[in-house]
Amino acid sequence: MKAIDPHIHMVSRTTDDYLQLAISGIHTVSEPAFWAGFDRNSADSFRDYFHQLTVTEPTRAARFGIRHYCWIGLNSKEAENLQLAKDVLSIMPEYLDRPTAIGIGEVGLNKNSRSEIKVLERQLAMAVDRNELLLIHTPHLEDKLKGTRIIMEMILSEPRIDPARVLIDHAEEHTIREIKDNGFWFGLTLYPNSKGSPERAIDAVEIYGTERICINSSADWSVSDPLSVLKCANEMRRRGHQEESIQKVFYDNPRAFMSQCPKFTPA
Amino acid sequence: MAPPYQPLNAREILELYFIENRARLLDIASFLDRLDRYQGAEEARNDYRHTAFMRAVEILTSDTTGRTAAIQTLFSDPTTEPLESAVGLKAAGAWDGGGQ
Repeated sequence: MKAIDPHIHMVSRTTDDYLQLAISGIHTVSEPAFWAGFDRNSADSFRDYFHQLTVTEPTRAARFGIRHYCWIGLNSKEAENLQLAKDVLSIMPEYLDRPTAIGIGEVGLNKNSRSEIKVLERQLAMAVDRNELLLIHTPHLEDKLKGTRIIMEMILSEPRIDPARVLIDHAEEHTIREIKDNGFWFGLTLYPNSKGSPERAIDAVEIYGTERICINSSADWSVSDPLSVLKCANEMRRRGHQEESIQKVFYDNPRAFMSQCPKFTPA
Repeated sequence: MAPPYQPLNAREILELYFIENRARLLDIASFLDRLDRYQGAEEARNDYRHTAFMRAVEILTSDTTGRTAAIQTLFSDPTTEPLESAVGLKAAGAWDGGGQ
């Protein structure tokens, strides 16, 4: 089958993973800017990282016939350093202008602190000014419910942001209903140990329907699986769902969301 | 002509998932036994994460639907005010009551 992984961190994966994606049916990926596993010291580190996202990875992916798109942003884990945040935000437009950058992300909250909120506000303002799509990171574990609510309140209080152009990611059972009721797209992440499983993701599809849902691997430098999107599609198949519904969730939906940026053309 | 795929019924869901969930249940039992067996068990059992975990087990055995969302909510920070600073903090999986 053909699928899109709308959230995968290929900078942390081997070239062999590109081959596995390609031969398994994932020919389009999008990669949000994220926390590297350590706090960076200067905006120059982000320059190199944004170059990697907009030049190196699309080139590496193209060797296997994969289209690689990216999102540019400052993740919330590095938002406590307000000077660094200011410097990074000042260089973001240059990279957002590049041909495979399709929006601002993944930006959001981590521990729901005042500095994180301040930096998110600035990135939301940039999204408004530039009419960018938004890919939102929600906090992990016990901080998710509170953080998701704060983020939604911030976005909904800015009438120039259309919730249909925002995907709130890493949603789970206790946040999906509110996200969907507020008109946003939502993402489910398949991540062993700390996030969702294919079984729980398909439970969500059955409970909340196939509209405005995207499922991703978020595969990165931690314990994760770049083929988990396809394993999840197979979970949907073995429960007896129709092929059209499976294609909607794993291909048509991410295509529809990201195609709101004219730079995005999936394989 | 019948569609190529048919929805499953509850009996078939039981057939499909029983063995793997039986194994998960044994993993949880074994985790609790392990805590008991190691030095400092009393202290570990008084930890806020253990308390939340045991409350989650109660939800698991209740008759209500929506157990997954209920357990997620049980583990969540119920407050609404932002933290003054996130420096040095990380998620623990259960809310500590604001004592971080």
